Amino acid sequence: MSWQRKILRVDLTAGTVTSEPLNMEWAMEYLGSRGLGTKYFIEEVGAGVDPLSPANKLIFATGPLTGTMASTGGRYTVITKGALTGAIACSNSGGYWGAELKMAGWDMIVFEGKSPKPVYLLVRDGEVTIEDAAEFWGTSVWHTEEHLKAKHQDPLMRVSSVGRSAEKGCLYAAVVNDLHRAAGRSGVGTVMASKNLKAIAVRGTVGVGNIRDPKAFFDASKAAKKVLADNAVTGQGLPAYGTQVLMNVINEIGALPTRNHKDVQFEGARDISAEAMAEKRPTDGKANLVTNQACFGCTIACGRISQMDKGHYTVENRPQYWGASGGLEYEAAWALGAANGVNDLEALTYANFLANEDGFDPISFGATVGAVMELYEMGVLTKEQIGIEAPFGSAKALTFLAEKTATGEGFGKEMGLGSKRLTEKYGHPELSMSVKGQEFPAYDSRGIQGMGLTYATSNRGACHLRSYTVASEVLGIPIKTDPLATDGKAGLVKAFQDATAVFDSAGICLFTSFAWSLVDVAPQLQAACEGDWSLENLNVVGERIWNMERMFNNAAGFTSKDDTLPKRLTTEPAKTGPAKGLVNGLDKMLPEYYAERGWTPDGIPTPETRARLGL
Amino acid sequence: MKHVILGNGPTGVVAAETIRKMRPHDAIAVVGDEHERPYSRMAIPYLLEGKIAESGTLLRHDRNHWIDNRIELVEARASSIDADAKSVTLSNGEVLPYDRLLLATGSRPVRPPIPGMHLPEVVSCWTLQDARAILDRLRPGAKVLQMGAGFIGCIIMEAIANAVGKTGGSLTVVEMGDRMVPRMMTPKASALIRSWSEKSGVEVLTSTRVTAIEANVPHAGLLSLVYKAKNTKERVQVTFGDGSTRLFDFVICATGVAPAIDYLRGSGVEIGKLGGIVVDDHMRTTAPDVFAAGDCTESVDFSTGELMVNAIQPNAADQALVAGANMAGGAARTRGGLRMNVLETFGLISTSYGQWWGAEGGDHVEVVDEAAHSYIRLEFQDDRIIGATVVGRTHHIGALRGLIQTGAKLGADWKARLQADPNKFMDAYLATALSLA
Amino acid sequence: MMNSLHIDASKCTGCLQCEMACSYENHGVFATSKSRIKVFDFHSTGRKVPYTCTQCAEAWCMHACPVGAIHEDKALGAKVVNETTCVGCKVCTIACPFGTINYVADTGKVQKCDLCAGKPACAEACPTGAITFVDASWTGLDRMRAWAEKLDTNAPTA
Repeated sequence: MSWQRKILRVDLTAGTVTSEPLNMEWAMEYLGSRGLGTKYFIEEVGAGVDPLSPANKLIFATGPLTGTMASTGGRYTVITKGALTGAIACSNSGGYWGAELKMAGWDMIVFEGKSPKPVYLLVRDGEVTIEDAAEFWGTSVWHTEEHLKAKHQDPLMRVSSVGRSAEKGCLYAAVVNDLHRAAGRSGVGTVMASKNLKAIAVRGTVGVGNIRDPKAFFDASKAAKKVLADNAVTGQGLPAYGTQVLMNVINEIGALPTRNHKDVQFEGARDISAEAMAEKRPTDGKANLVTNQACFGCTIACGRISQMDKGHYTVENRPQYWGASGGLEYEAAWALGAANGVNDLEALTYANFLANEDGFDPISFGATVGAVMELYEMGVLTKEQIGIEAPFGSAKALTFLAEKTATGEGFGKEMGLGSKRLTEKYGHPELSMSVKGQEFPAYDSRGIQGMGLTYATSNRGACHLRSYTVASEVLGIPIKTDPLATDGKAGLVKAFQDATAVFDSAGICLFTSFAWSLVDVAPQLQAACEGDWSLENLNVVGERIWNMERMFNNAAGFTSKDDTLPKRLTTEPAKTGPAKGLVNGLDKMLPEYYAERGWTPDGIPTPETRARLGL
Repeated sequence: MKHVILGNGPTGVVAAETIRKMRPHDAIAVVGDEHERPYSRMAIPYLLEGKIAESGTLLRHDRNHWIDNRIELVEARASSIDADAKSVTLSNGEVLPYDRLLLATGSRPVRPPIPGMHLPEVVSCWTLQDARAILDRLRPGAKVLQMGAGFIGCIIMEAIANAVGKTGGSLTVVEMGDRMVPRMMTPKASALIRSWSEKSGVEVLTSTRVTAIEANVPHAGLLSLVYKAKNTKERVQVTFGDGSTRLFDFVICATGVAPAIDYLRGSGVEIGKLGGIVVDDHMRTTAPDVFAAGDCTESVDFSTGELMVNAIQPNAADQALVAGANMAGGAARTRGGLRMNVLETFGLISTSYGQWWGAEGGDHVEVVDEAAHSYIRLEFQDDRIIGATVVGRTHHIGALRGLIQTGAKLGADWKARLQADPNKFMDAYLATALSLA
Repeated sequence: MMNSLHIDASKCTGCLQCEMACSYENHGVFATSKSRIKVFDFHSTGRKVPYTCTQCAEAWCMHACPVGAIHEDKALGAKVVNETTCVGCKVCTIACPFGTINYVADTGKVQKCDLCAGKPACAEACPTGAITFVDASWTGLDRMRAWAEKLDTNAPTA
């Protein structure tokens, strides 16, 4: 069974908490987490809703494998209409919080309305209350978590919360759990803060039981763990180097977006790479990287734990930043570094700490810094406006802007708009490196063509986690395709999108997919859960989820015109590297993709497609 | 060699087993004056609650344990000992010679000098026989007065209250001190236990004395009409310090215990100022080859270095191990007993350790959540923890013993962390005492 | 040859597979709060420390038990709680200076690591070799024992 078959509904306007049975009919069609949470959302919320209005809802959803011994079974998803994008948003996080919620006896929490005053939700198994958060509204995620654990005298309590950036309306604010794991993208934290909801503190002692066939489950999960351990990426690369293993690789193939995508290779890439994190610093003789760390149930352990140089200008005499904490992942290192031309690893680490401490998405933030720096170099924005000189490559500007964004003060308010609104405001919308309002992650689609289609069609705006064709185009997983070609990418993207929806909805981490395919996931689901979780059905479930999200976006006003890329990527050829002279071939891939999907040339699922998927 | 052990509680039994392990061929006799197989008083509350049968109170459950270990069980009371002749005279007139003698006679309940304490409706809660007497009288609808809200009083409340029920029945607890469990809990912790008990339906009267107990004989015939008010099922009338009177079905006296040492008069075994047997760190008394351990002794308080009468189960077991080893020819020492107690009152669990009341020149951290009935207070001397009181949490609680008894230095960092969040004591213990962090 | 749990904290990633395995083995659910082995997360140093009973020779829990509910499995060296006999008095929990025997409110009994009758589920589940079940002489148990001697009550030294 593996679902707890119970969800919490929290009406923040009325201040009530009710328990209701999980809709098992939907669970059979949408699995859990991303898929099932989105089904609930779409059934309950009109597509036209203003993301920051009380009518928007916010759903925290676990999957059937969350809180089990399936490797990486600790994930949860936050689903809402995104503050940054106005599209369907679902941001996924690891750490321990999701499993704790499941172990408390709940599959999902649906928040609706808006509390008249700052509150937090306290979940202790079946005892769930809305509590006053006035005492720590206006404080950081880090403070909130410490405060709640001490207040409730429970060091093992798990906390998911928003920081000051969310309270101040930063449109890419994250929900952060366990100090440095985040449902990072699309502004799900902004929606949470808009409801006057500061935190969800959970302690679960009920546990997750009712595994349908325990012996089969242990056999399947054990076999799948062995696949992870034996795989070079999940067994060696990720534990040793984290996602940062990619920095030098992506730079070499000429797909590392640099200085707001003006360049595709960064001369400082090595300085901010995994290799640099592991080397001893000349200043204090210690390495930036302290250790790797796992999330709940994860047998990969790609997480980075870093410790800063106490003498670095950002943290001198500030011991609160001297301890070990969540270090740079590849996307953050790129966004805070290459995207702005900054190669000071310690400055990047500091900015990353701030992103965790006050809960903002380092990708959207870093990319917005890139846009601001370009505007500064063009003379559109001045030192007086920004508060600091901000040319490309300025670590001081990066950390200054991170501090301002964290607290929403001064120019931090402008930063919180994200690159789309900020560049529009200053008359240069073409400088926003985003799709549907959400900034690109760390792969230049001139050097990795499939990623252009991935970004353009992603349901939550530009994102690498909706179809990570980098796996195929760069790493050769499951088959090697040519990163510079557009041929076959439509089918590749569709296959990745559908499979990813299943991984996300099961409650496991997408990184398992470096080693696992659905062939490895299906037996685990089939042993744990009732229902048909054969490979064939899972493929349909994935496709159903993708189309459901698409239909919501269509209803929210998104059309094929929004399946696009910034002009820079389709008109300014890459200057160096293997992709030199290339632009992204989206115009070729997109019609193929619509056809693959069974959509009209306008990007709308045909009645046949909808009927086939039961939508 | 013959070892005689007076007392068949946990102390006597652990000592006997320790001797047996080290001396396979010695003779061992354990003397107990109750007509029971060796049992544990600690288990009585669970018997009263009906969670276990009488057999569940047994110290050792294997019927052959005593035969297999060649431990002779003697049912008798020691009347006197002759340290020169190395013999014990028993209540049945028998004389038991010994080579090594262990005094492990524990405590006896103490009753305050109040008129009426002799009435059959006043029962103690100490022995299995007492428990049977209470169970005989406990029935739904009974009105019970319990004198004493110390450790024993608090641990049996739940059983009594549940048995008498809430329709008609009642439990009133009267305590002379100004709070419940005053010798084990800080005022805040006591207050939590009190409010929790009251929420559970118990009436708690502190700073209150019982001054007299009288039989309330039901009247028959014509007199019953005249004395209608008094003609009730309640059997005793209790007078309180303020002169008020109330009727109860029966009274449980749990006002404390004292070392059971009557038989030592004139023996030459020294009795200390606190009324317990004086022992050295080898658990030797002042008489040659006579050892003593457990609740009947006065021993050094690890925290203060002062003497205390030890009524703490784990310390009794430690002392029994030391005494047993030395009687068997070993050389074990104790460096004093650490105060430690755990109490469950209507499911609310409380513990205290060491110098929980604090030390001069020390400091403390205290966190209380009254709504959740959770509480912790740590007492520091410099950067060491010297005492602790915890309510509503049991996980890893033993680490507090580890921290206190090893005298682990926390350093400024961990002390500060504990001052911010004292519930991180297990982390502090791993980081400091075990150097694992 | 007696085996015991060997814990190498430097290899622990904090995945809690051990806690899940332990709780499933003993309670039939994945519930880290019910686990007898606990991973402590020292955030500021990045260190994760799995910790459970070392089956110490002193066996404070066993000696303190007033009803003989804890016995030593001679073959394994494990101190094992007999749930039928345990009355739930919690005296062992305050007596154990390592904090590794704990009261379980659901069952009204105490629980501690019993080495799973010789096949510890935690060691089996650990993906990094941080927890292994090996010959006791390899475990650094001596270091633990040396530490135990710092405690100010003495076990017999005959």
